[in-house]
Amino acid sequence: MAANTPSQPLVEVKGLSKHFGEGESRVDALRDVTISVEAGEVVGLLGPSGSGKSTLLNAIGSIIQPSEGWMRLDGEVVYDNRWLSRDLRHMRLEKIGFIFQTHNLLPFLDATDNVAVVLHLAGVPRGDAIKRSEALLDYLQVGHRKHAWPSQLSGGEAQRVAIARALANRPRIILADEPTAALDSVRAGIVMDLLRKLAVEQQAAIIAVTHDDKIFDRFDRIFHLRDGRLDDGGDQL
Amino acid sequence: MNLAWRDIRHKLGRFVLTCFGLSLLLSVVVMMAGIYRGQTSDALALLRAIRADIWIVESGTLGPFAEASSIPGDTREMVARINGVVEAGSITMQNVQIERSGRKVRLQVAGYEPGRPGGPIHLVAGREITRSHYELIADRQTGLAVGEMIHLGRNDFTVVGVTSGVVTLSGDSIVYMTLRDAQQLQFDLAPSATRREAARGAQRTQTDFVNAVVARLSPDVPPEEVAEIMRRWKHLSVLTGTEQEVLMTRTVIERASKQIGLFLVMLTIVSAVIISLILYTMTMDKIREIATLKLIGAPDRTIIALIVQQALMMGVIGFVAGTVLVYLFKNNLPRAIVMLPSDIATLFGLVIVICLLASMLGVRAALRVDPGRALVG
Repeated sequence: MAANTPSQPLVEVKGLSKHFGEGESRVDALRDVTISVEAGEVVGLLGPSGSGKSTLLNAIGSIIQPSEGWMRLDGEVVYDNRWLSRDLRHMRLEKIGFIFQTHNLLPFLDATDNVAVVLHLAGVPRGDAIKRSEALLDYLQVGHRKHAWPSQLSGGEAQRVAIARALANRPRIILADEPTAALDSVRAGIVMDLLRKLAVEQQAAIIAVTHDDKIFDRFDRIFHLRDGRLDDGGDQL
Repeated sequence: MNLAWRDIRHKLGRFVLTCFGLSLLLSVVVMMAGIYRGQTSDALALLRAIRADIWIVESGTLGPFAEASSIPGDTREMVARINGVVEAGSITMQNVQIERSGRKVRLQVAGYEPGRPGGPIHLVAGREITRSHYELIADRQTGLAVGEMIHLGRNDFTVVGVTSGVVTLSGDSIVYMTLRDAQQLQFDLAPSATRREAARGAQRTQTDFVNAVVARLSPDVPPEEVAEIMRRWKHLSVLTGTEQEVLMTRTVIERASKQIGLFLVMLTIVSAVIISLILYTMTMDKIREIATLKLIGAPDRTIIALIVQQALMMGVIGFVAGTVLVYLFKNNLPRAIVMLPSDIATLFGLVIVICLLASMLGVRAALRVDPGRALVG
């Protein structure tokens, strides 16, 4: 694995395009998108529905294959008009943490195990995984709910457990899709502050898709997407 | 961390209900296999109770079970004189229907000569028939108890003994009585018919007929050798005990066995389809969780293990519960259910294979799930 140097952005995307279908039915979801996100930075992706925000997030998260372009994640070129990594699943497990619009906790695992499952998949022994998970839950101030089932957690608690899961493997890149959509403005602010704190402390790059104007001021930069194109290089806030 | 078990524990009530439904389904499969074996067992029960080395029946017939057979009553004395025959006895078989406590009960009446082959082997209650008339030994399945009386033909019979485990091919219970009583029951005319016959000057017909003579041989005499001697008589047919068993199991119950075998195969196929659908539905119910697992980096083997382990748990629990259910209730069923360990082991293996194959449908669906589906709100 290539090491990231201090001068290199953690996420670097150049000329990324994605189209669905061919001929008359062709839809260009992304057109020549270029962005870069540094370690410790929290950036927002804004745009109307269908502008390509989620497609860009999914492409960076290696969930969908771009049509063309170039992408470097955490110092490793992973896409150059084709995937260069053979094991995208493993790359996701090691490098990327996902936070969903709805928390997407596994309903059959309690809070601790929802975090520990990521460590379990990475081969961490059960005892260590539980200790690390509980420490993360404490850090996110939801340790007192470590044995609660997802259905017993409030929206804010569930989202914090989901953030703990996203952080469990200490990924350098965190992709968040509408992370505060299900929260009221107070809890949304708490979650965004938390992400900001994590970005700084763990030197991670956080990219969040959002419609939530209450949290715009929590981003370092905001990228506006329209019809698959970036409006500009990102508004500095 | 066993995700399959965690998922089951989370929805335990639903899983238990599913297993209960499956156990009922599989109990029918086990029961059908038991009936298949039970039919053979029933077919041989009467033969083995009689323990005859040689069966002497009407010429050109395969009596008395496969075909009707009628031979003179004195045949037994001829047979008893053959070298190698230790003992011989005449028997008759006839079906009757009686009413008992308002219910119609089918019985097979076996007539035999007390002290000679053809009667019940062992009694579980009461005594042997000692009087020459109107005494009866009943199989336990009839529900008759020692001291009870039943009306057969024109006479009342007292139950003096109870035997067990002897039924006919169709599962009817057997009662034993003396040969003379059985012959009267089978051949004697009603008084009105007798008077009519006398009035028209008809000669009284002979009634000393039996359906077969059974003989036990000295252990050092091959049954085939004795059978060969008797076959020279021309007016009789002879079957060895082994031939009679083959006849019963391969010919007499062949069609019924094939039918039950076909039902068993069809039930197994239906079970396989139902198990597949249950597993597929179980998988589709957690498609979002599977997408989330894939998104956070779970390898395919984790997803496969989740589905296959649940399929196996369901199959094992359903089969064991179904088998226990049949075992507990088999004595309350109208037909004999024989559960051979080898059959149970084979069915268990089959259920495991079905579960594995059935889970492939769910596995295929799960592996095709796009991890991005977890991101859809």
